[in-house]
Amino acid sequence: MTYTTYMTDKIGPLPFCPGCGHTILVKALDQALVMLQFDPKKIVIVTDIGCIGLSDRYFTPHGFHGLHGRSITYACGLKLARPELTVITLMGDGATGIGGTHFLNVARRNIGITLLVGNNFNYGMTGGQHSVTTPTDGITSTTPWGNPEGPMDLCGTSVAAGAAWVYRATMFDKDLPEVIAEAIRQPGFAFVDVWEMCTAYYAPLNKLKKQEIFDLLSGYGFTIGLQVDKPRPEYSVKYRQAYEAGKGVLKSKPPIEPKFGNSVQKQTGIIIAGSAGQKIKSAATLFAEGSIFAGLKATQKDDYPITVQTGHSVAEIIVSPNRIDYTGIDNPDYFILISEDGLARMRQTIVKLPETCVLYASEEIELPETKAQVRRLPFRELEKKVGKLSLSTASLAAMLKDSGMFPVEAFKEAILSFQSEKIADINIKAIEAGAELTSKSSSAG
Amino acid sequence: MGYEFIEGNEAIARGAMRAGCDFFASYPITPASSILHYMNDFVPEAGGLVIQAEDEIASLGFCIAAAMAGRKVLTSTSGPGMSLYSENIGLAIMGETPLVIVNIQRQGPATGSATKGAEGDIQFTRWVTSGGLPIIALSPATVEEAYELTFIAFNFAEKYRTPLFLLTSKDLGVTKDSANLDLVKLPPRFDRKKLPPGQKEYLPHYFEKPEDVPLISDFGGDYIARYTTSMHDKAGYLTANPAVIQEMIDHLTAKIESAIDDITLVKEDFQEGADTLVVSYGVISRSAAVAIEEARAKGRKISSLVLQTLWPVPEKAIRDAMKGIKKVVVPEMNMGQYLIEIEKLAPPDAKVIGVCKMNTTLVTPGEIIEKGGLL
Repeated sequence: MTYTTYMTDKIGPLPFCPGCGHTILVKALDQALVMLQFDPKKIVIVTDIGCIGLSDRYFTPHGFHGLHGRSITYACGLKLARPELTVITLMGDGATGIGGTHFLNVARRNIGITLLVGNNFNYGMTGGQHSVTTPTDGITSTTPWGNPEGPMDLCGTSVAAGAAWVYRATMFDKDLPEVIAEAIRQPGFAFVDVWEMCTAYYAPLNKLKKQEIFDLLSGYGFTIGLQVDKPRPEYSVKYRQAYEAGKGVLKSKPPIEPKFGNSVQKQTGIIIAGSAGQKIKSAATLFAEGSIFAGLKATQKDDYPITVQTGHSVAEIIVSPNRIDYTGIDNPDYFILISEDGLARMRQTIVKLPETCVLYASEEIELPETKAQVRRLPFRELEKKVGKLSLSTASLAAMLKDSGMFPVEAFKEAILSFQSEKIADINIKAIEAGAELTSKSSSAG
Repeated sequence: MGYEFIEGNEAIARGAMRAGCDFFASYPITPASSILHYMNDFVPEAGGLVIQAEDEIASLGFCIAAAMAGRKVLTSTSGPGMSLYSENIGLAIMGETPLVIVNIQRQGPATGSATKGAEGDIQFTRWVTSGGLPIIALSPATVEEAYELTFIAFNFAEKYRTPLFLLTSKDLGVTKDSANLDLVKLPPRFDRKKLPPGQKEYLPHYFEKPEDVPLISDFGGDYIARYTTSMHDKAGYLTANPAVIQEMIDHLTAKIESAIDDITLVKEDFQEGADTLVVSYGVISRSAAVAIEEARAKGRKISSLVLQTLWPVPEKAIRDAMKGIKKVVVPEMNMGQYLIEIEKLAPPDAKVIGVCKMNTTLVTPGEIIEKGGLL
C-alpha cells in the first residue's frame, strides 16, 4: 500500500498559532515520511514539553510524549531496544537547553535517531521566556531590557560533540521535507536545526519576520545547509561488533564444594589491615573461599579510600560454622597488621581490641597500647621472600596456621581454584612461607 | 552445585538475569556501581544491551523507553541518584511502565559519609515523585534474598505494569557472603500480559474495574502504541476532563493497593505468650535475629516480624503480629522512618520503641537488646 499521509485529524486540526513555524515543520515531517513510505508501525515520533511537544498525537505512527528536555533519552532507549525502528524526535529550543547533556551525548554516541529542533528563540508554552538560543539583546518576558546572554549555536555545538550529520534550515526553506527525509535516511545520529518564528511572543516583540531571521543568521556568520556529513558506525552496530570481538574474556567462577574439615566453634572475626597495593582485598576473598572449602560460612567487607592506589586497605572477614547474621565485627578474634597505613586507619580499633584477640603485627610497627595478645612477626622479611603482592596472603596463612581454624590446604585449594596458574604458583609459595613462620614461632613459644 | 562467595550486588544482577532482563542502563555511583559491572558481563552475552548513561536522568529515560519497547529492564543507583530519578519515576508510574529500580542505599543526605552504609531512603522511596501515588518496594536481608527478591520484583513489575523498587544498603550490596543461589526457591516467571493479535486497536491504559492491569503492546509491535507524561484517557490521549482524570488516578492507586495480599512478603517467627515484638527489615533484621536469639536463650519470649515488602505497608501482617503485644521494637539504620508506620498501626496500649542510628555502622544486636529492653 502507499501512504499518502502519516498524520490524522482524529483529534482535530494542528493546534499551533497562526503563522507558527511548528505547523510548517510538522507538515514537512509528514511529507518526508510520505517520501520514505516506511510502515507506520516501525516509526516512533518522540516529543517532550513545549508547543512542539503537542505534535506527536497528530501522527499515525507510534507516539511517545515524555518529560521536558528528555525526549532524546526516550528516543535512544527505543532505538537501543529495537534498532529496526525509525525514531524521530521533535523538540524545541527550551528542551534542547534543559536536556543539554542528552543533546551532547547522543551526538557523541551516534545513536541512530533523527532530531528535529523547532528553534523559535523562546519558550512559547510558558509565556515567552528566553531560551538558550535567544539572540543577544532579544526581548522576551524575562529579558524585557534585552537579553544579556549569548545564544548557543546548536549546530556548532552538535558538530563539536561529534554528530555525524547536521543541517541548519529555516521554516522558509522549500526543500525542508527533502532535508528531513535525508536526515531520517542517515544510519547514525542526524540533527536538523530549524529556525522558526514564534508568532505569539518572540516574533512580534522583536519585529522578527523572514528577512530578520536571515539577517540574524548572516549576523552570526551562520549558513543554511549541511554543516557536517561524516558517517561512522551507528552505536548498536558498533556495540555488537565490540562485544563479538571481545567476548570470551570473562570466565565464571566454579562453585565451592566443601572438602576439608575445620575446628571453628563460633562466629570468628578477622581483620587484616595494610596498604593499598598489597592485594589485601583479593587475599581476604581467597582466605574466605578457603574457609568455605573447609565447610564454613564466611563474609567479607572491605574499606579503602576512593583513591584506590594510595593509603590504607582493610578487610574484615567473618568465618562461622553457622549462618552469619550480624556481619559487623565488634570484638575481633584475630587482627593482622602489615603496614603503617593500616595502623593509621585502625589505631582506635587496635586500642580497643579485647584480650581475647590475637594481634599479628609486623616487627617494626610501633603499636599503641592494647589488651590484645601481640605476636610480633617478621613481615618485612617475609615480604622480601614472597613479594610485595603476596604478603597479605602469606600473613593470613601465618594467622591460619597459628589459629588452627582450618587446614592451610583449604586456603591453597581456593588459590588453585580461582587464580591463574602463574599467580597461584607464587601464592602457594607465599602460603607455605607464611605458615612456616608461625609453626616455628608456636613451637618456640 | 556448591557455595559461592558473592556480594549482594552480584546476586541482584543474577536475579535479574534469571528473570530475563535484557536491558540495563545506569550511571556509576558507589555502592551500586558493581551492579553495572556485573550486568555488563551478563547482559550482552544474553543478547541484550547495557549502556552507561550520561546521568541518572538519561539512565532512567533509556530504561523507560526500552521497557515500553518490550525489554525487561533493570537500573541501579544510590541515594543521590534516586534524587535524579525522581522525575522519570513519575513518568514510569504515569505510563504504567514495568521496570525494576535498585537503590543500594548509602548514608546521606547529599554525598553523606561517602561511601558508608545507612538506610535513610525508606520514606523517600514511598514519596519519591510528585503526585504521591502508591509504589511497591521490596527489601532483601541476605545475598540469597537479594537474588530471590530481584526475581520477584521483575514478576511484580510485569504483573502490575509499574516501576518496582528494590531497597537495600551498602551493607548487603558490597558485603560478600557464602551463598548457594541454586537452593533458592523461585516462583514461576511472570511476563507482562500482551494484547493478543486481531484486536481493532490498542488502548494503552484500558481497564474495566479500576484495579485491572491494562494489557500492553510494545512500541514497534503489532499495534500503534501511545505513551504520555500527561493525564490521559484509556487511549493514551491527553485529557483535561476531571472525571476521566480522577478515574485514571483511582486506577493507578487501586492497581497497587488491591494487590497488597499478593505482594505482601514477610517472615514471621512468633512465640506463644510473647508480649514483645521486633519488627525489622533489610540487613538490620539480621542484627535483630541475633538479639532475639540471645534474649530467647535467656528465657525471654519474643516474637519477630521481618518485612520484605516495605511499600505498600503490609498492614494486615503487622496488625496480626501485634495482637496481644505490649512492646514493639523497631531497629533501623535511619532516624525512625518505618517506626512511624508501626506507630500508626500499634494497639493503643503498646509501647513502640525505635532503635535508630545513622552513623554509618550497623545497628548491633547489643544495641537492640539494650535500647529495646529485650532482656
